[in-house]
Amino acid sequence: CPPPLLTLSHISGISMSPSRQNSHHSLHSTMVLPKTSYSVISAFCTEENISQCIAYINQEVCSLGLTGVSLESESGGLSAVLVLNLLYEVLQLQRRAQRALHELETQQLKNGSDLEHLQHSNCRLKDQLEHTRRENSGLHEGERQLQLKIKTLQNCLKSEKEEVQKLQSIISSRATQYNHDTKRKERECTKLKERLNQLLMDKRDKKLSIEMSNYVGRSDGKRGLWKTSKMEARHEGEMYRALLSDYETRQRSLVLENSELKKVLQHMKKDMIAILSPKNVCVQPEPADDSLEQAVSEGEEEAGDRSRESLEQSCEQAREQLTNSIRMQWRKLKSHMERLDSQVSLEREGDEVMSRKEHEDEMQRMRLELQQCKEFIHMQQQLLQQQLSSPCDEETAALLNDCYTLEEKERLKEEWRLFSEQKRNFERERKNFTEAAIRLGHERKAFEEDRAVWLKTQFLNMTPFVDRKRPALSEPHGALAVSTEPEAKLQSTPPLVTKSQSYSVFSTPKAAPVKMPSTADLYRTLHLIPESRGHGKCASGEMLTKSRLRNCSTDCSVISLVRDESSPV
Amino acid sequence: MNFSEVFKQSNQLCKVSPDGKYLATCVQYRLVVRDFNSLQIVHLYTCLDPVMHMEWSSDSLFILCAMYKRGLVQVWSLEQPDWHCKIDEGSIGLVSSRWSPDGRHILNTTEFNLRVTVWSLCTKSVSYIKYPKACQKGIDFTADGRYMALAERRECKDYISVFVCDDWHLLRHFESETQDLAGLEWSPNSCVLAVWDSCLEYKILLYSLDGRLLSSYSAYEWSLGIKSVAWSPSSQFLAIGSYDEKVRILNHITWKKITQFEHPATIINAKAVVFKEVEKRPVVGSEDLSIHQLTVDNSLFSTQSKYEITQLPAQVPVIKPDPDRANPKIGISALAFSAGNHYLATKNDNMPQNLWVWDMQRLSLLAVLEQTAPVRCFVWDPHRPRLALCTGNTKVYLWSPAGCVSVNVPVEGSFQVQSLFWHCSGSSLVLLSKEHICLCYVDAEEEK
Repeated sequence: CPPPLLTLSHISGISMSPSRQNSHHSLHSTMVLPKTSYSVISAFCTEENISQCIAYINQEVCSLGLTGVSLESESGGLSAVLVLNLLYEVLQLQRRAQRALHELETQQLKNGSDLEHLQHSNCRLKDQLEHTRRENSGLHEGERQLQLKIKTLQNCLKSEKEEVQKLQSIISSRATQYNHDTKRKERECTKLKERLNQLLMDKRDKKLSIEMSNYVGRSDGKRGLWKTSKMEARHEGEMYRALLSDYETRQRSLVLENSELKKVLQHMKKDMIAILSPKNVCVQPEPADDSLEQAVSEGEEEAGDRSRESLEQSCEQAREQLTNSIRMQWRKLKSHMERLDSQVSLEREGDEVMSRKEHEDEMQRMRLELQQCKEFIHMQQQLLQQQLSSPCDEETAALLNDCYTLEEKERLKEEWRLFSEQKRNFERERKNFTEAAIRLGHERKAFEEDRAVWLKTQFLNMTPFVDRKRPALSEPHGALAVSTEPEAKLQSTPPLVTKSQSYSVFSTPKAAPVKMPSTADLYRTLHLIPESRGHGKCASGEMLTKSRLRNCSTDCSVISLVRDESSPV
Repeated sequence: MNFSEVFKQSNQLCKVSPDGKYLATCVQYRLVVRDFNSLQIVHLYTCLDPVMHMEWSSDSLFILCAMYKRGLVQVWSLEQPDWHCKIDEGSIGLVSSRWSPDGRHILNTTEFNLRVTVWSLCTKSVSYIKYPKACQKGIDFTADGRYMALAERRECKDYISVFVCDDWHLLRHFESETQDLAGLEWSPNSCVLAVWDSCLEYKILLYSLDGRLLSSYSAYEWSLGIKSVAWSPSSQFLAIGSYDEKVRILNHITWKKITQFEHPATIINAKAVVFKEVEKRPVVGSEDLSIHQLTVDNSLFSTQSKYEITQLPAQVPVIKPDPDRANPKIGISALAFSAGNHYLATKNDNMPQNLWVWDMQRLSLLAVLEQTAPVRCFVWDPHRPRLALCTGNTKVYLWSPAGCVSVNVPVEGSFQVQSLFWHCSGSSLVLLSKEHICLCYVDAEEEK
């Protein structure tokens, strides 16, 4: 039996469903028939199912619109021609389909790119639109706010106007009210006055009267005249005459003024014409020149006409003509001046500007200098004034002087105080020093004595005459007695203690106060200073002595050195 | 400058005769007439009551003395010292009294302004003028003395009557367009009458001699209006000082404003010169305080002062007026043109220590004088452009275009100058203190 017709769906890689899916993958797969499918296709027709296959193929071919193969199996044999034709047609079909497919693919690509492009532009436009919309809304918002502001301001203005109007109406109403009240009061007052007048006239308790020694003549000497209508007429006449004369004088003065002004204008016109005449105008290749010349000639004509006219002509036209011509001339003059100005600025732009600038700078500098000088002078004046004025003011000057002397006095007092303090300090120190010096003197003496003794003992010790000098030892005992009292003062002298314990402390307990000699005397006794010298450098001398003594050993030469050295002090 | 000795006066009544020859002063109820040059007493008259008002007649022949309390007016003659005249107004009372320009009629205004009585010295006749208006300046005579304008009020309306002074004939009587007439003044050429309203309304009307309304001017509405008015001597300008601290100048041809002068608190006008009075106290040494010095040398306690030119911009001291009071002290209360029409002096009430001088040719501010005390009185020399002013202290000040000078009145005791006026020749000043007068002889060329 023939193998079952394989549904094409079983055949992998090939899909021949009517709805062609346009996925690349499937296209590709349909385009390229993998070689491996051959084996599958070969499964379609076998020896057994040829007729079925033929029938199927016929069916398919018919459905494709090709002439049927009508492969009628002539005893199972296929007409190769028909098959080949069929194959060729199928191939043609396939080629056509392929071409169509290719076209469609290209079209598809194009469409895809177009689409992409459109999408991009769409996005961009959308963004733009969004942005514009936002801007628009912002502007709307701003506009709305401004509108609001305008509205509020307009309302304010309206309310202010209304208030002003209201106030005005209030004022006017009050004014009318006051007027009315005043009128009422006035009427009342008049009534009172009338009544009062009446009463006074009626009562006549105190007649009004005039007493005179004699009649006085009129100031102009004439007689008095009766009041008649003629008099009245005369008065009227006089009044009008006065008015008329006033008007006449006024008119005369105005006419005079007018004529003078006209004369001035004429002169001005003549001058302007003279200035603008062709001789004076710079030769310029400008079209305006022609008009200028024309106008000048016109002006000259006019001048000729006018010169014959009388200046008192006051008719309207003449005046107008004059003013118009003046105006025209003036305009020309102005334009001429402007031209000249521009010329000047063009020609000499380089250095003129510079020189002007320099000029201005110079001016500025001079002004500054002037200002400074003025200020200086002013200051000098002030000082001079002060100087001159202060001596006049004796009292205050004396007062000032007093103040100054007072100040000085205070200062002097202060200094004096300091000086006395210092003096006191100095005294104290001197006292101490003298004390120390005295002590030192004593100690020195003692030391000398001891030294002498010691030397003697030494010397004696060296000699066989020892026991004779023994009692001599006890003599200086007092001087070299070890003082149990700790003398804080002379603790600096421990280095002096050298050989003998008896020299441990050089302090000499002073039970009784010693009368202090003057420092000079002391020095002299100590041979620290020559007799003639004063105690100028006492302290330093003391120091010197102390330091020397401190450092000295029992070496006699050192001590003698000290003595020798300190003498020139 | 020389000063005369001091004479007594009362009520600030001291007048020089129109011809300049005599000086009349009132001391209580006595009238003393002196020769002006020698200051010798020429006549002495005694009135019945302390004199309240004294006036020379225009021909310098008569003097009227009015005693308002008793309603009496006494007239004295210089030619005939024993001539006497007494006018009694009776129970109707007397409020003011004045001469007419011809020197032969006396106009008395009765109490409550009931009427104006015109007494004639030539005929002893009496005329009455009813309903005169009680206002700041209700009567004015023309400069030539021919016409008199009188403000009247009937039925709550203002009227103006123009009389011929010759025979008191009523020439014109017309209604004035003011709401409440405050004053009227003839122009110096006698042809135009300026009429202005009360301060509640700024309105000034100009009427011609025959009663026609020439023009009306109103600068603004509602605020307080005109405070003072002055004609220029040539009648060319009319200066109007108002409460808004400005002076407006109208011209006589169009009666329109040609300029306005403002009085700002800060002066920046570069062309103006600001003179400031500076006092300097003399230094007193202790040896000067002897009794002798105190009594004899008055200058010990008086302070010298001089003018200093202040740099611009200069500040002007302003005193704000009390807003609740009527007639506030603000605005131009005094205006005066100089004799030659060249200058205008103004005083602004809320800057009371300053006096402003304007140049009328250039229509701009010329000088400002700042004093140490409020300016009480200022008058122009009748002939020269020279201004004399006083501030109530012991000095008299003079300004002229050349400069200004302050002069101490060298009088024993202190002479506080309350007011002053020039002699008609312009060669001397009469200074008035509370109770005394002193003459000051000014040389023409002495100016610093």
